[in-house]
Amino acid sequence: MEDNVVLKMQGICMTFPGVKALEDVDFTLKKGEIRALMGENGAGKSTLIKCLTGVNKFEAGEIYLDGCDAPVINKSTMDAQNKGISTVYQEVNLCPNLSVAENLFIGREPLTRMGTVNRREMNQRAVQLMKQLDLEIDVTQNLEDYSLALQQMIAIARAVDMESKVLILDEPTSSLDDKEVAKLFGMMRRLRDKGVGIIFVTHFLEQVYAVCDGITVLRNGTLVGEYQIEELPRVKLVAAMMGKDFDDLAAIKQEGSGDKQKEELVIEAKGLSHAGTIKPFNLDIHKGEVIGLTGLLGSGRSELARAIYGADRAQTGTLKVKGNEVKIKNPIDAMKLGMGMLPDDRKAEGIIGDLSVRENIILAIQAKQGILKKIPMAKQCEIADKFIELLQIKCASRETLIRQLSGGNQQKVILARWLATNPDFLILDEPTRGIDIGTKTEIQKLVLKLANEGTSLIFISSEIEEMLRTCNRMAVLRDGTKVGEIEGHEMNQMNVMKVIAGGEQNE
Amino acid sequence: MSSIRSLTKKRLFLPIFSMLLVMLINVIYDVACGNPPLGFFVITIKNAVLYGRLIDVLNRGSEIAILAIGMTLVVSSSAGTDISVGSVMSLYAGVCCMTLAGFGEVNVSQYANPLLLGIGAGLLVTCICGLFNGFLVAYMNIQPMVATLILWSAGRAIGLLLCNSQIVYVRVPSFQKLGAYTGFMPTPIIVAAICIAIAAVILRFTALGTYIQSVGINKKASRIAGFNSAKIILLCYVICGLCAGLAGMVATSRIYSADTNNIGLNMELDAILAVALGGNSLGGGKFNLAGSIIGAYTIQAITTTLYSMGVSSAQAPVFKAVVVIIIVVIQAEPVKEYFKKVSSKRAAVKEATKA
Repeated sequence: MEDNVVLKMQGICMTFPGVKALEDVDFTLKKGEIRALMGENGAGKSTLIKCLTGVNKFEAGEIYLDGCDAPVINKSTMDAQNKGISTVYQEVNLCPNLSVAENLFIGREPLTRMGTVNRREMNQRAVQLMKQLDLEIDVTQNLEDYSLALQQMIAIARAVDMESKVLILDEPTSSLDDKEVAKLFGMMRRLRDKGVGIIFVTHFLEQVYAVCDGITVLRNGTLVGEYQIEELPRVKLVAAMMGKDFDDLAAIKQEGSGDKQKEELVIEAKGLSHAGTIKPFNLDIHKGEVIGLTGLLGSGRSELARAIYGADRAQTGTLKVKGNEVKIKNPIDAMKLGMGMLPDDRKAEGIIGDLSVRENIILAIQAKQGILKKIPMAKQCEIADKFIELLQIKCASRETLIRQLSGGNQQKVILARWLATNPDFLILDEPTRGIDIGTKTEIQKLVLKLANEGTSLIFISSEIEEMLRTCNRMAVLRDGTKVGEIEGHEMNQMNVMKVIAGGEQNE
Repeated sequence: MSSIRSLTKKRLFLPIFSMLLVMLINVIYDVACGNPPLGFFVITIKNAVLYGRLIDVLNRGSEIAILAIGMTLVVSSSAGTDISVGSVMSLYAGVCCMTLAGFGEVNVSQYANPLLLGIGAGLLVTCICGLFNGFLVAYMNIQPMVATLILWSAGRAIGLLLCNSQIVYVRVPSFQKLGAYTGFMPTPIIVAAICIAIAAVILRFTALGTYIQSVGINKKASRIAGFNSAKIILLCYVICGLCAGLAGMVATSRIYSADTNNIGLNMELDAILAVALGGNSLGGGKFNLAGSIIGAYTIQAITTTLYSMGVSSAQAPVFKAVVVIIIVVIQAEPVKEYFKKVSSKRAAVKEATKA
């Protein structure tokens, strides 16, 4: 192997039932290099990484690793770890019921002379590790007590601490806010200077150009090319990923935002709250209006939507839907009033992993119809096919299990589940997280289309530009309180940031 | 060759294969002993009723098959097992016989209350048991095995208390009928067939199956999608309680008495085993009711086979364990992988020789 190459993959092929996931893919990583692995949903990024870490068994090809003479085949992630490849996956794959320290050292706990786990040393080392990342948390608490973003940081800390040759970060930033991302980048640069090769999978183009040295692009399971960062400006990168020049996101135009206020009220929330997550808030939503909820992670933007939908039962306040006061105890009550919600944690609250794409799509309509009125099989297939076609969901067939799809396609299935119910009011919580740029545009267009057809929407996203493009009005949250609303001409990045950051500028 | 491969991919292949394996053991044994080779399958009419080992399996396996229906749903929805069903069967016996005998008597040849009232009271109590288990699991979030442990130990004891620790006999022909014969057919077979048919119809024509599987796979996501997860789990436990009652009904009528110490003893383990033999994951989620029922009869077939070989009832569990190990190992993932590898290697060799 050439000098300063730490990892070389050659001619990797892999098939899933009915789908060719990877075809003859090469990948090279140098020492002290941060290389972005880019591609749309289902391009094979996650699959390639799983082949490398031993989660998937590939059918052909070879992997060479610095320090190993023969081609390497990892049988398990443990095996890969021992050879110096550590991974942080898109979704947090740790044990929620173990403490932070236990999670950090699972499988490699410091031992006492008696052979038992040396908890004191483990906790001390965990605290040190957290300090390196500027995280001040109690390492003896269970992991599940912390937010998704913190869990993600802990997963990263765990991978970093393993002193590996190759570090793989599979969309680590999708649940982090800007400050946390900056911390992560600092850490990545430090590791690069130490000579670690880093593979960085992300959908955020800005981040690629902020931190990476090289880019490898995949499309439909094949290699498009391996580039240095200077060779591939943004527009070319997007073209390489999509295989065509894309119509820029900015092309989406806002239409007639002012008129919506005159439409009838769909949702009137007065003083709704849920203890510990969201303080009492008022919110009015008109027919065909898109309301953006913005704020830092943990500011209560998801919780506000959940309180309306009944995912967390509101404890105070009143809610009127189309002028009638209603009590919502469970999501099904909200659904019967024409609501729907796409939750932010896709794995935990969105997909039913072991059910097929078809079953996942018809789930909400079935729930609305009730247990006794089973939707006939022919009708189910018809609905499923319609949405697979409409949203261009990539799957081998409608009977494919949803957990075998890529993240973005899973998200489309959940979206289809709600669209199938013809909702009057739809909550989309981070619908574009972990989704490629092409699909993002599609989803944003869909949001505008739905609004034009008279559906009211709540749109929550960490990307402010995305909301500026789609929303008529934005509500800003800080520390569980709704601190202001911005609309019309005031809606620009600067103003939103000001309100989020606090102070009195939002007068 | 390809048709065999597509056959092995069918979900019911392994449960049926296990069943056939047990039958094959019978054939081999019969040949070795010089009996007619297909003795296991011979059905004759003796004393105007059906007679034969196969009939015996179907007859004696009725209770496990009925239990397996409820157990399958409980396992699927709550990723846990209801270990109280054996005790609940015995509780049914106590309630039903005591109602029929008029409380206090222990040996009657006349009903003190109508038969249907007795059965109804028994089934009502078992449904309440299911409700209790379901409430603990679904609403109190207690682990299924711990929640049902309460009735596992208390159910039988309550039955004993009801019967004043005595065996209550109800010597009335119409009561015995449920455990005896209807025409030439053993009644338990009919009862089990009706239960299975009702379950099949409900699963076919309502969305219950989708609800249960969805809740079993991802409780939180199911709630967001509009299912009342807790209610579904509760419903499964009530159905399981009802099934335990029906199994208890058959078992009680067989011996026309409430032998609370022995009715349904260790039956919960057979029911759980039936679910596992049917190819269902005890981790919940997807289920296959037909598999569980085939599993139930497989267990009974093993027992019947051992008895027909002259193995004593004290030694039978050992041999039963051996057969169960073999069946479970065949269905285990690593073994399946191994066979897949061998067959693909063989195919590769074949192609190479062709070329």
